[in-house]
Amino acid sequence: MAKRVKIRVFRYNPAHDTDARYDEFEVEAERWTTVLDALLYIKAHKDHSIALRYSCRMASCGSCGMLINGIPRLACYTKVYELGSDVVTCRPLPNFPIIRDLAADFTAFFAKHKSMKPYIINEVAESIDGREFIQKPEEVEKYLQFSYCIKCGLCYAACPTVATDRRFPGPQALAQMYRYLIDSRDKATDERLRIVDDRHGVWRCHFAGSCSMVCPKGVDPALGIQLLRAYLLGMNRDSKVVAELYRREPK
Amino acid sequence: MKENREGIKGWLNPTRYGANRFAYWLQRLTGLGLLAYFIAHVIETSNIVYGKNAWEKMLAVTQTTEGHIVLMVVIGMCVFHAANGVRLYIAEHGKGIGRPGRPEYPYKPTSLGLGMKACIWVSVALAALAMMYGAYVLFGEV
Amino acid sequence: MVRESSIMKIHYYTGLAAIVLVAIHILFRLTVPEGYSASLEYENVIANYKNISYSLVLELILVTVAIHGFNGLRVILLELRQGDGWESAVKWLCIAGAVAVIVYGTRTILLASMMG
Ligand code: HEM
Ligand code: HEM
Ligand code: SF4
Ligand code: FES
Repeated sequence: MAKRVKIRVFRYNPAHDTDARYDEFEVEAERWTTVLDALLYIKAHKDHSIALRYSCRMASCGSCGMLINGIPRLACYTKVYELGSDVVTCRPLPNFPIIRDLAADFTAFFAKHKSMKPYIINEVAESIDGREFIQKPEEVEKYLQFSYCIKCGLCYAACPTVATDRRFPGPQALAQMYRYLIDSRDKATDERLRIVDDRHGVWRCHFAGSCSMVCPKGVDPALGIQLLRAYLLGMNRDSKVVAELYRREPK
Repeated sequence: MKENREGIKGWLNPTRYGANRFAYWLQRLTGLGLLAYFIAHVIETSNIVYGKNAWEKMLAVTQTTEGHIVLMVVIGMCVFHAANGVRLYIAEHGKGIGRPGRPEYPYKPTSLGLGMKACIWVSVALAALAMMYGAYVLFGEV
Repeated sequence: MVRESSIMKIHYYTGLAAIVLVAIHILFRLTVPEGYSASLEYENVIANYKNISYSLVLELILVTVAIHGFNGLRVILLELRQGDGWESAVKWLCIAGAVAVIVYGTRTILLASMMG
């Protein structure tokens, strides 16, 4: 059973518009139609000049984040029906500069991710000599969930601190800092704690939980940030033992 | 416009993103309210050093219906801020927020589980009870 | 430079201490046998200030709550705007605010406890 919905699309080109406007389109939505489907239909049949970013259409690439009816969501992971409204308003993600229309600029967001050193730091791991780290399932589970992050920026758009604090790394970056800190292969614990123990670091999180509310991958960045802060406060210090390299004997 | 930061509007709206965001909003509001009261209160009590007359003049201004309503609000703010502050103290030390695992659809975040939500509403309820008791004491005498 | 974690630990501990101290303070309003408004009468309040251990509690409330409250204000202002000039202004404003309240309140406590 299809229903007709009105899609309102935010239109703004900083290069020559002084004001933003909404363009409205009537679209036929089936129960399985996603907001991305609707936008691509509009782009194909009604107005091909709308700028938006997408790639995988299956909540894996993290490109299609936008503000849909006031909440940051992935357009490809949000069905028109589940919004329970005949009007669907699409805006670019807040807290990101606007490139054009629904396309947001992720430069600062990715720079903050990089400033967390999102890689294993361990000089032993550099020696590729056939040896490998062995991790128990419990050790993997300490960081696995955080490594599911697809860098879609929904959490960054929802965070009240990011809304005003340009120097705050944001939920995505801080959760990744915890992901590497608690990985038993990583040795840079002190360096990592120094980076986030800053006037604009982990302390500017007040556990408003909005990041975890909108995360489409179950990363629960708020959990990562509280565990990071707890570690900094000296809690759970025994939860990390740096792993040794083992040579796997051929059977 | 181009920056598109949500700005202070993002702080001021407690209706999106559930109970934790509401608690964040109320913790800030009550923190600032208590700070304002605290400063006014230190100024108010300083009248004592100017003798009985000055003290009673101050009481004539503050021990009024309006003054009692302000005190009720202060009591409510105090109780919510303290109770929620203890919750934040515990959560920010990594307790009571679950542990990471293998997320399964529909990906309910453990950190926003029932425990935290219950603590928030209990804090609100305690504040309401304290305000009622305060009203009973303040208005009950006259 | 003071570490942010040291400042925020102080924020937690002053907050926790405030619960106990403010509770004592409010109980002093409720435990006067003649009732709440009697607890605010001049003679009773002066007697409170002359009680050394209770005036010590008042001084402790003054110091812990001033530090906690002005640090809370600092946190909010730092999140509101950034820039080296603003951040150093916020820091000094909050230190000055806390010191001013503590000095003014301590003056009251000292003078009131010496009044006859
Ligand atoms: C009674 C016991 C109290 C406790 C347990 C407590 C606890 C806390 C905690 C844990 C925070 C940090 C919240 C966070 O990290 O997000 C906080 C913030 C704050 N508190 Fe308190 N507090 C108490 C009393 C007070 C009082 C009496 C004042 C007023 C002078 C006050 C003013 C503030 C302010 C202005 C903030 C900043 C708000 C924010 O960061 O959003 N607090 N409090
Ligand atoms: C129910 C509300 C309150 C009432 C009726 C009240 C009343 C008073 C009175 C009569 C005094 C003089 C000393 C005494 O007899 O205890 C006083 C002093 C004081 N109160 Fe309160 N108070 C209240 C709440 C608070 C709260 C919530 C705080 C902390 C945030 C606070 C902080 C102080 C401080 C620091 C002093 C000492 C001030 C000085 O001598 O400089 N009071 N209060
Ligand atoms: S933590 Fe979740 S919401 Fe944030 S960027 Fe990663 S996947 Fe997206
Ligand atoms: S298109 Fe890849 S996440 Fe939506």
